[in-house]
Amino acid sequence: MNKLNGIHLNHNKGTKKCETTDFPLPKTLVIPMSQHMGAPCDCLVKKGDEVTVGQKIGDTGAFMSAPIHSPASGTVADVIDYLLPNGAVCKAAVIETDGNQTVCPDINPPEITDRQSFIAAVRESGLTGLGGAGFPTHIKLNYDAVKTPIDTLIINAAECEPYITSDYRELMERTTDVIEGILLVQKYLGIPLCKVCIENNKPDAIELMKSKTADIKSIEILTLPSAYPQGAEKVIVYSATGRIVAEGELPSNQGVMVMNVSTVAEIYRYTQTGMPLITRRITVDGDAVTKNAGNYFVPIGTKVSEILEYCGAEEAKKVLYGGPMMGLCLYDTDQPVLKNNNAILAFKEGSLPKTTACIRCGRCVRTCPFELMPVMIEKAYNAKDVEELKRLKVTLCMNCGCCSYACPAHRPLAEINQLAKALIPRK
Amino acid sequence: MKGLFVSPSPHRATNMSTAKIMLMVIIALLPSAAAGCIFFGPRAAAVLAVCVISCVVFEALSRIVMKREQTVSDLSAIVTGLLLGMNLPATIPFYIAVIGSFIAIVIVKQLFGGIGQNFANPAIAARIVLMLSFTPQMSNWVKPYWYSNAVDAETSATPLAAQWLNYTENGSSFKMAPFTLSEMFWGETGGCIGETCAAMLILGGLFLIITKVISAATPVAFIGSFALLTFIYTGSLTETAYDVLAGGLLIGAFFMATDYATTPITTKGKIIFGIGCGLITFIIRTFGSFPEGVSFSILLMNLLTPYIDRLTKTSPFGAKKPVKAEKN
Repeated sequence: MNKLNGIHLNHNKGTKKCETTDFPLPKTLVIPMSQHMGAPCDCLVKKGDEVTVGQKIGDTGAFMSAPIHSPASGTVADVIDYLLPNGAVCKAAVIETDGNQTVCPDINPPEITDRQSFIAAVRESGLTGLGGAGFPTHIKLNYDAVKTPIDTLIINAAECEPYITSDYRELMERTTDVIEGILLVQKYLGIPLCKVCIENNKPDAIELMKSKTADIKSIEILTLPSAYPQGAEKVIVYSATGRIVAEGELPSNQGVMVMNVSTVAEIYRYTQTGMPLITRRITVDGDAVTKNAGNYFVPIGTKVSEILEYCGAEEAKKVLYGGPMMGLCLYDTDQPVLKNNNAILAFKEGSLPKTTACIRCGRCVRTCPFELMPVMIEKAYNAKDVEELKRLKVTLCMNCGCCSYACPAHRPLAEINQLAKALIPRK
Repeated sequence: MKGLFVSPSPHRATNMSTAKIMLMVIIALLPSAAAGCIFFGPRAAAVLAVCVISCVVFEALSRIVMKREQTVSDLSAIVTGLLLGMNLPATIPFYIAVIGSFIAIVIVKQLFGGIGQNFANPAIAARIVLMLSFTPQMSNWVKPYWYSNAVDAETSATPLAAQWLNYTENGSSFKMAPFTLSEMFWGETGGCIGETCAAMLILGGLFLIITKVISAATPVAFIGSFALLTFIYTGSLTETAYDVLAGGLLIGAFFMATDYATTPITTKGKIIFGIGCGLITFIIRTFGSFPEGVSFSILLMNLLTPYIDRLTKTSPFGAKKPVKAEKN
């Protein structure tokens, strides 16, 4: 098995030791009705409605979707049009919190008896992949067990992005939830083996998981080298099993399912309490953070400006949802925390070094985990040569950013790959 | 809060830059350049200075004339100047060195679009033009300076020229030229300023390989294939070692055949490139009418680079081969 290419980054995991604390409940929450891949929800509340903690405020009949719940009790102040970080516009409920945190009377642990009721419960929890991509979890669980049987569940606890420690804290603080969650998924979906993949820069988490799962034969703890992008889906599947998820395939085609460690723990918690996904553990860090860097349970919908204020990062020039390699820039700090956020990073310096001419050094090719050739993709993109772009397999690019990172001429290669992908007509 | 900086990911970048890479190459070249200056005296240092300064001036002027962004600060012109100077004999008239710099920077590099766009290695192309246009001046070799103990340096042949003369005069077989292997290794022979001191060239080459500025694939394939062919042809290890240490093979393999812009990108491509260079060098040195073939071999392979690049594309992880349409 060959090692896939990648890059070595400074881990900057300064918040590793920071135990998660509750973030003070903000006065106002902004809850967009589209927080993940797939169809946006219809807003179930209108201006003036009273809401309670855990009450469903958004849902839709569309297949690719997950409902949205209120993280606080209070009043719906308004339903607004909201510009999402990806450029689309959706409805968003603005909730004025009353501070009482009255729990919705409907919150009860779900009744789970079989695969179908398990998947239905996961849908009701509003859970989407918490690693970043935000794929609705119930759809992932509802694979075709006849056509694509799954023999291995891979728990992604690589956390290869610098700074972020929220998955690590999940492993340390809620070890039981993680293990119970794995056992639930294995039980209801009939997956015989689970591999928990952790990068070797988290030795204490590996030790803890190993000791807690010593008696459980179906769970294996794997130590992976710390190399970016170890936590990318296709990369971790290959690292854990040696299987290659080919072009156009899903991991289920190779008999594996990849779940983020926080997602699987959240499944267990929902089955115990019936409280849907309404808070996220967020790592707040970055060189613009002057105080209180650490991990927080933040109600979804909390404006990032509140977090920045709490952590003394008002002077930040660049604020990110997620890590420095794949994170998304905020255009306005009044944007809220969403379901798939795992970090808010604030930096003093916004701009990157100046772009110069390509010297054909080939570093982009040597660092690409999938051995794409960004140097040639850029040329083909400039020539708008769609056939050549297809031959260069640009659609395989996962936007990990290794090429842009490694480029000594600081060319925006990852960005060009995404633009090039858009040129290729979808079938 | 307004005034946030928004850009696509990634938000981190390597601290490597084109200028830093060029600086590493300059550092790697300095030991052999210094050795050349010690062996061939202040005249050699003056030639190097003329080449470097004229290259930088030509680079700056061409960018001004072409109304393009100034690129002098990327240090690539200094590398070209240094390499060109190191590929000239210490006795070269300064005006010829300046002509060489003009060819390298203006004609070969800037007219094709500047750094990264040139089809041939500027220093190699310039050296070849000079060699063909100013043959006597370009083959006016002197014995190493302190070696001859004279102010006016004594003329001498290069190891390859001596060998070649020997060969053509005797007609039948190789005969060792009047240099010992140790003299060849330390560079106490006639030759271009920067090509004689094998020890310092290897040192510089290893520095670039260890710092990952260049890949070991090209020099290994180049020197390896040349050595293998020479050994098969001559059957003598001593003669093979002599041929490897002689002439521009080491400076070519470590510093010219590893130029990013004019050599293939992938390791497979670099190996093909290196083997091609080794083969052509061997053929020219053994059967050609020139004693030296390194420059020609690299130039010829430079021309093949776009084709090698096409043939040695990577096969991406998990990519499916296109299904060929059935013929009607």
